Amino acid sequence: MREIDFTVIENKKLAENIYRIIFEGDTSDITKAGQFVNVKIPGQYLRRPFSVCDWNEKELTIIYKVVGAGTQALSNISKGVKLSVLSGLGNGYELKDHQKILLVGGGVGVPPLYGLAKKFLEKNINPEIILGFNKSEECFYIDEFRALNLDVKVTTIDGSYGVKGLVTDVINGDEYVYACGSLPMLKAVHKKVNDGQFSFEARMGCGFGVCMGCSCKTKNGYKRICKDGTIFYHSEIIFGDD
Amino acid sequence: MIDITTNLSGLKLDNPVIPASGTFGYGVEMSELYDLNILGSISIKGTTKEPRFGNELPRIAETKSGIINSVGLQNPGIEQVINHELPNLAKIFHKPVIANISGFSVSEYVYCAEKINDVPNVGIIEINVSCPNVHGGGLAFGVDCEKVAEVTREVKRVTTKPIYIKLSPNVTDITEIAKAAEAEGADGISLINTLLAMRIDIKTRKTIIANKTGGLSGAAIFPIALRMVHQVHEAVKIPVIGMGGISSAEDVIEMMMAGASAVQIGAANLIEPFICKKIIEDLPKVCERLSIKSLSDVIGAIN
Repeated sequence: MREIDFTVIENKKLAENIYRIIFEGDTSDITKAGQFVNVKIPGQYLRRPFSVCDWNEKELTIIYKVVGAGTQALSNISKGVKLSVLSGLGNGYELKDHQKILLVGGGVGVPPLYGLAKKFLEKNINPEIILGFNKSEECFYIDEFRALNLDVKVTTIDGSYGVKGLVTDVINGDEYVYACGSLPMLKAVHKKVNDGQFSFEARMGCGFGVCMGCSCKTKNGYKRICKDGTIFYHSEIIFGDD
Repeated sequence: MIDITTNLSGLKLDNPVIPASGTFGYGVEMSELYDLNILGSISIKGTTKEPRFGNELPRIAETKSGIINSVGLQNPGIEQVINHELPNLAKIFHKPVIANISGFSVSEYVYCAEKINDVPNVGIIEINVSCPNVHGGGLAFGVDCEKVAEVTREVKRVTTKPIYIKLSPNVTDITEIAKAAEAEGADGISLINTLLAMRIDIKTRKTIIANKTGGLSGAAIFPIALRMVHQVHEAVKIPVIGMGGISSAEDVIEMMMAGASAVQIGAANLIEPFICKKIIEDLPKVCERLSIKSLSDVIGAIN
């Protein structure tokens, strides 16, 4: 982890309440898809954690949903503004060799899977993609995934785009899954498949493992979502009301 | 050459900057960021007799200029801390540390204090009688003069190292509690712990913290902490470690002028992980600007 000043070079609305920021700066602390950054937003006391959607040597992309005062303030930040970012947080996804690799994202859980898909393509593995949204107005990044020449299935709960229903309606169950999304989605996907890696979110204090603000119980003991996760293996996950 | 050293019950610190319990773990994560040996000392994560998971999530809520936490004393238990965490910390931090302990009964405080007293790299034992996030312990002790007196007396019986009692601000008169601790032989007072606080999500009408309430820390509480440190410094003769919202070298000096012999930095570590390093680097410069030759001269020095 390092503290890096990133410059906002784009802050653009993609869909209803969904925005994308492209930062320019030293991205060398990001080594794996699924890692996150903790961003200092002017006027907010705590930093805000965002998963990394995509990155190259000098640019880093995050996609975020406006849900409260912090993300609202972030959506108003102009091009050229420098923000302090703790970069290179979280364990990131491990790229596994498996006959059927499936990436499943729900809503604002979709972004990190884009960077992950590109990592798999670098290894000449073509993962299947399932993206789930509530409704067509909230859909984003479908074209970007399709531009990678991957098999992309989209579900919406109201049926206004793609298949009507939930992501689990189009999962076979024999895939090795990489999942990111809401807790109910993660739980449903976890039940449907036998193996994979699941990314969790939490309200965090620090984002780097010192405050114990985002601990969870796993089959391997207590873990910090920010430091030991955010990604956990299918076999170790315990959902709250199990 | 500006002297920024200070002294806590005979323990000489290179500077007054100490990361506060619960905001620095057991030092391992932070040691990846900078050499911890620049610090005055470190107050370790609060430790109880038995391992604890703590409270359900969410444990954290943002507020204006502050953070509410309800971690609930998550820790691996005293055995693990003595056998693993403290020896590990000794490898990366070569100075005496402050061992923060908590309990749910007088006998648990005594058990932990007696055990941790024998650990070589423990310089001071900090007795947390003020955690607002656990039931049946912590705060229940810290708001009651009799209980604070009893814990202090019993812990002093089994220890040889300096005992600092960490007080809660959630009381009517904090000086009464401080005096009760001093009367039973406390070697110093740490204050303040967090202020009991709450947030509600107005869309869901649920409290943001799963445990409903939590403890407020951060810049928002600095003036309250400052006032209470001043009051306690006036009321007792033993040294005071001041904490609550400190985030700059100027804040450190202000807290020392209120009466603190040393300070702890808490919430600021979570937002600016390098903040303690920065404060230590800034302290001589700010002292020079204010014509302070020796930082310890400003302790309690208000006109």
